[in-house]
Amino acid sequence: MAVTVRIPTTMRPLSGGAKQVELAPGTLSEVIEALEVAHPGFRDRLVDEAGALRKFVNIFVDEDDVRYLDGLNTAVLDGITVSIIPAVAGG
Amino acid sequence: MATFRDLLAAAKAEITEVDTSVAADRIQQGWAVLDVREPDEFQEGALVAAVHIPRGHLEAQIESRLVDKDQPVVVYCAGGVRSAFAARTLQELGYRDVVSMAGGFGRWKDEGRPWTTPVSLTAEQANRYKRHLLLPEVGVEGQAKLLGAKVLMLGAGGLGSPSAMYLAAAGVGTIGIVDMDDVDASNLQRQILHNIDRIGDRKVDSAKKTLTMLNPDVNVVTYDTRLDASNIMDIIAGYDVIVDGADNFPSRYLLNDASVKLGIPVVHGSIFRFEGMVSVFHPLCGPTYRDMVPEPPPAELAPSCAEAGVLGVLPGIIGSIQALETIKVILDLGEPLIGRILSVDTTEMEFRVFNLKADPANQVTYANRDRILITELDGLCAPGLAH
Repeated sequence: MAVTVRIPTTMRPLSGGAKQVELAPGTLSEVIEALEVAHPGFRDRLVDEAGALRKFVNIFVDEDDVRYLDGLNTAVLDGITVSIIPAVAGG
Repeated sequence: MATFRDLLAAAKAEITEVDTSVAADRIQQGWAVLDVREPDEFQEGALVAAVHIPRGHLEAQIESRLVDKDQPVVVYCAGGVRSAFAARTLQELGYRDVVSMAGGFGRWKDEGRPWTTPVSLTAEQANRYKRHLLLPEVGVEGQAKLLGAKVLMLGAGGLGSPSAMYLAAAGVGTIGIVDMDDVDASNLQRQILHNIDRIGDRKVDSAKKTLTMLNPDVNVVTYDTRLDASNIMDIIAGYDVIVDGADNFPSRYLLNDASVKLGIPVVHGSIFRFEGMVSVFHPLCGPTYRDMVPEPPPAELAPSCAEAGVLGVLPGIIGSIQALETIKVILDLGEPLIGRILSVDTTEMEFRVFNLKADPANQVTYANRDRILITELDGLCAPGLAH
């Protein structure tokens, strides 16, 4: 029973270089907390001081943006892939 | 030994001929129209929306041009002879409902029925764009659309270089370029519009030289300025598509707000180190930049490529995809990345597509276009909206 969180290259220093991390299923909020326990620093990159998802990072559960699902309450079931896509502006 | 008359009589015995008025009714009802005359005859005038395949190429090309053999077809030529033979050929190929128009284009025109002069290319253009013309999805009409299209490049840098070069090569007739920088030696690791002879030149001038040498059909319009709230509306108005290759968040938000106000689609590309993304923000039919990124990241979390580096080939890939999406939007071809984000990770060489939706909280929409105020944006890039 696991979900896969894909880590973008910009955040791989936080995951010790790992490109993906396997965690227990739960709500997105629980998955982020588990990620924080495994690799401290992720919570701050994904969630603001008020506990809301940051507006410059897109988190997708499989292909869909969690903003249009249930946000942090989105269910992340066994076998699902969570992708973190931070906004970049380079050109 | 059969004579011409025998062959014609045999063909006519096997097909259905209709007169021009029946043909006009059928075309009105949605029958396809096939013109089998020679190119010079076609160029002088043809039925509106006719598919043109000279009879000599009919067998080889018809199945890729009229894919559905259940689609009924009216065939015509100049007088009704070639179309009779062509109609029989179509029947032999399995087209179910084919008629030949008696009297052909000559009678149609004499009766004062509607016709048009098809778009045409010069001999040089027909040769240059030969491989486009071979694609049924492009053809002469599509190429003429590209030649008539106006695309604005925001930036003549990493992303703007490959996209401008491919769009110029493809024959996009007007390419505008906005950039305020000089060419620097450190640009040449990725900005293939420029070269060592141009170091110190204005980027827009260097870009214009490169693009004009690649394709003299292209009218390159240069804007040697920083895009800001005072000039953006004047610069972007009148363009069909904008290719966003900016290198900072405020420019991207400013472009978003102005393009939404004017209803101009933006082909977004952004890159960082080894990763990039592409999407098509079409204010009339899909989500836009503010739906994807409601707020920019703080500066410490979003170093620029100048600070954090970028692999030189990456903008080549992302910018080329932007050029391709631009052509799809112009030609209304396939499924552009509207409502979708393509995310590319070149270290793993993984391409993923995610869905994007309009954010109900985002008020910078085409429906609200009269309320959008184009003003200088602060650090949070909050939009200007009149009440």
